[in-house]
Amino acid sequence: MPPLDVDATVLENRPLSRDYNVLTLSAGDVGAHTVAGQFVMVRPATMTDTLLRRPFSVFEVLRDAAGTATAISILNKRAGRTTQALYDARVGDRVATLGPLGRAYTPPSTGQEAWMVAGGVGLAPFWTLAMRLVAAGIPTTLIYGARSGAELFYLDFFERLGVRLVLTTEDGSRGEHGRVTLPLDRELAGRDPQSIMVYACGPEPMLEAVAHVATRHHQPCEVSVERTMGCGLGGCYSCVVKVQHGTGTPHYVRSCISGPVFDGAEIVWD
Amino acid sequence: MARDLSVRIGTLELPNPLISASGCFGYGLEYEDVTDLSALGGVCVKGLFLTEREGHAPPRIVETPAGMINAIGLQGIGVHRFVKEKLPLLRERGARVFVNVCGTTIDEYAEVTRILTDAGGVAAIELNISCPNIKEGGIQFGCSLLGTGQVVEAVRKVTHLPVIPKLTPNVTDVASFARAAEDAGADAVSLVNTFLALAIDVETRRPTITNVLGGLSGPAIRPIAVRMVWECAREVKIPIIGMGGITNARDALEFILAGATAVQIGTANFVDPFVWGKVLDGIDDYMARHQVERLSDLIGAFDPTPPKVVHR
Repeated sequence: MPPLDVDATVLENRPLSRDYNVLTLSAGDVGAHTVAGQFVMVRPATMTDTLLRRPFSVFEVLRDAAGTATAISILNKRAGRTTQALYDARVGDRVATLGPLGRAYTPPSTGQEAWMVAGGVGLAPFWTLAMRLVAAGIPTTLIYGARSGAELFYLDFFERLGVRLVLTTEDGSRGEHGRVTLPLDRELAGRDPQSIMVYACGPEPMLEAVAHVATRHHQPCEVSVERTMGCGLGGCYSCVVKVQHGTGTPHYVRSCISGPVFDGAEIVWD
Repeated sequence: MARDLSVRIGTLELPNPLISASGCFGYGLEYEDVTDLSALGGVCVKGLFLTEREGHAPPRIVETPAGMINAIGLQGIGVHRFVKEKLPLLRERGARVFVNVCGTTIDEYAEVTRILTDAGGVAAIELNISCPNIKEGGIQFGCSLLGTGQVVEAVRKVTHLPVIPKLTPNVTDVASFARAAEDAGADAVSLVNTFLALAIDVETRRPTITNVLGGLSGPAIRPIAVRMVWECAREVKIPIIGMGGITNARDALEFILAGATAVQIGTANFVDPFVWGKVLDGIDDYMARHQVERLSDLIGAFDPTPPKVVHR
């Protein structure tokens, strides 16, 4: 399915905290073809002197009663100018939305459980992935870490879906005190090799740590990386990640088209 | 009557003046889902050396006001893999393939060009003597009148294809480089490559990209690029391919009026991969409004008479 560029309207802007919001965009046609793990490149029409779009995982795909995709949302965290504009966006604003783009998560093999590991805004690809996994009857866990309990979002959604939740916070205000790798490492101990498909999205040091833990426990692991990206279509070679297939020579590949989802064991971490 | 947007670069006729800028369109095939490659005037692919290159460690780009700075470092698959893996597909798609040829030595430019010429199906050779981001080769030729002439002469000897050196703006007098290229037998020149630039992260006091320096592109550079195209157009008779921050038809027309026969679009394609049709439609609209039947009649039609004072 070729990507579409939709001149989307902001349908809703729901603040989740001082830094996070969920922005709903009238890009149902993009949502209809999105597979969990894929992303969109967005640019608010209100931006004037910044040029490039920014990559966002498709967060929710919203559907009408007949099941037709009517909109998508993105999970946004204020960090720079574009994310500030997306935080401040008002209903009716226009946001150019190009997608779906990139390589999606691979479904688990027969008999495998699925464990999703999210750090902060890295929750973004797991709404669609959880929907897909649960619909396929796969036992699914979300190990989800944030700075504090106030930044753990959508817990009700995952609970209602029947996803097992394991929470961590850096300040200990909710769940386990510390990072997601603590419960991941502990709970993977003693499990049969190749029995759990681990999916991770979050800050790169977390992805590296998760990939190492999964490998040590002989579990497959896919990570979704975020690199500074120019175009999202493979044109600019900005967003490269170093990968090594087997014993081959490590080389840079474009995370927009070879990723953003990679086999965690193949990434050569900086 | 249908308006005629075709243009000629030496012996090469293009159906319209829009060419993808090298380094901004991958090897073209990345965009085949969103763009009919045969509908572009030309597809200029990413720079090629004899061998594969890894490029610089990321981060490779940083956004700046109305532009971006890049130092990709010419990551690429090399000419042999290009001929084997990409060129047949580009031919099949009906693309007019411009190949951006790189070299660390004059011999390498000639050898890459010879391989591409023998392969068949290449429309033109653009010589990258202007990449600001690699240590060896390239710009050492592009910043010297003698070097520019030597690379063009060497390549001229091994190909019948149009030879188009791509000029750097990082010189005092770009028109003298266009002259050197013409004298050495170039069929056209393309300009501008990016402007050498630096963006500092004031919080960390460190560079924003790994290579420290990079090349500035985007609308921020457009007026300087238009000026340089105009200077070259007054200096040489060979066609000029203009580029630098073109995002719409009006921008493209500025270059054409300044003397460009064709234009390349780079950074704007990152923002909007559907930019090509929009620019073409806009040029066609302009021609209709101004009752121009042939685009070639607009090349160099800039009138430097001072503007009238507008009373409001």
